[in-house]
Amino acid sequence: MSELKPRKDLLDIESLGLDEIEYVLGNAVPFKQLFQRSVKKVPTLRGKTVLNLFYEPSTRTSSSFEVAANRMSADVTNFSVSSSSIVKGESLLDTIETLQAMQSDYIVIRHQAAGVPNIVAKHTGASVINAGDGYHAHPTQALLDSMTFREVHPDYAGKRIAIVGDVLHSRVARSTSTLFHKQGIEVGVLGPGALIPEGRPDFMQRFQSWEDVFDWKPHAIYLLRVQMERQEGPFFPSIAEYHKMYGMNSERLVSMRKLGAYLMHPGPVNRGVEVTDEAMGYEKSLISTQVENGIAVRMAVLHWLKPETQMD
Amino acid sequence: MSDSPNITTSELLSPDRIESAIFSLAQAVRESCGDNDFALVGIFTRGVTLAKRVAKILADEGLICPVGTLDISLYRDDFDNEGTDLPRLESSDIPFPIDGTRVILFDEVIFTGRTIRAALDGLMDYGRPSKIELAVLIDRGHREIPIQPDYVGVVVPSELNEYVKVRFVENDGTEGVFLVTK
Repeated sequence: MSELKPRKDLLDIESLGLDEIEYVLGNAVPFKQLFQRSVKKVPTLRGKTVLNLFYEPSTRTSSSFEVAANRMSADVTNFSVSSSSIVKGESLLDTIETLQAMQSDYIVIRHQAAGVPNIVAKHTGASVINAGDGYHAHPTQALLDSMTFREVHPDYAGKRIAIVGDVLHSRVARSTSTLFHKQGIEVGVLGPGALIPEGRPDFMQRFQSWEDVFDWKPHAIYLLRVQMERQEGPFFPSIAEYHKMYGMNSERLVSMRKLGAYLMHPGPVNRGVEVTDEAMGYEKSLISTQVENGIAVRMAVLHWLKPETQMD
Repeated sequence: MSDSPNITTSELLSPDRIESAIFSLAQAVRESCGDNDFALVGIFTRGVTLAKRVAKILADEGLICPVGTLDISLYRDDFDNEGTDLPRLESSDIPFPIDGTRVILFDEVIFTGRTIRAALDGLMDYGRPSKIELAVLIDRGHREIPIQPDYVGVVVPSELNEYVKVRFVENDGTEGVFLVTK
């Protein structure tokens, strides 16, 4: 058994070793099994505090972290932009100082600017977990995606996953594809030309059409959400056209079913854009499993990280 | 088992002695439980092996009882002090209804009693057993909380700077109980 070094923060996927990834995903399995018990809670983080600091709207991720922390008996404080002094012009460093004074052991942070979690991590003894920063990273999403795919394909190496959608605006695509790639899973992408980053990351195969995707015989199709709130320019003409070109419609559902491919989506789903109502009922959809695994993975991450707050 | 100059290791129990100690544990359990329903639960890692061996002896005598497994890592009271230790969690598996069941917990060594305290908390999050008892292969003394075993294989008086190491073929590829002195 290799010796793992303790880690304070989880900021991205790039800096993780395969042994660390295996450690967290391995521990997430027993955490998930707790959900079958009548008492779903363990006392591990009793007396510890988790601060959910969300500078961007989020219901799923923040509640997933909140459930995970609650199930480990930690105390959770939610700090969101609309109710905080950030709108009053407090600087990031002042906010950090305030947070320090609150003596949180774990800070879960989402911010619209890439790199903010790293800055917070540098200035606090608390363990910082990046819950999404700009277009940069969303590491716990990648871990839960990997856990979900491995449950249906335990022999995951060499399998193929097609990511479809707005790759340019997606930190999910970035973190998830990086993790899949680290694990020897092939990643291909399809999306509007303007929304596929040029030359980044270079391991991803680019498709021109759904026909190409199906010819590649992916084991899973990962639909990204069209990020209505993060469009800064006219990347594609209309939602209707996006749906026509890239959405999962009845015809593509038939091809996906024929392949036996699984369907994944990070949520929340824009019905009628990335996916039709009919495709939402697909029997090999893993979307709700992703939500469940998100809690297990986040419990495993909280268990893994070692805050420096208990030192003195 | 490489011994550095300041560490000495001596054998306390041979494989034969282990076998007879486990056999007498099984007999004590059989006499106490009789024909009533009961279940065994082993604490990871070697408590699981011990419970399975006892269950095998009982099964050979026609007494079938279910065996569950319990990982107590999440219930420990020293999570903060683990330092660099990153525990790999095991899958606890209680494959029988625990409500109203008489449960015998198994661990290979009882020392401070804190592991058993954690195990009691962990077990009771699965339900409400009618009774919980404790069986250990080795009692080395030095309890820090008021928990005592109901079934004991061998009592081994020990010093605080000593460490009792149980090795089972199933887990370690070798068999024996050793006293390690630092």
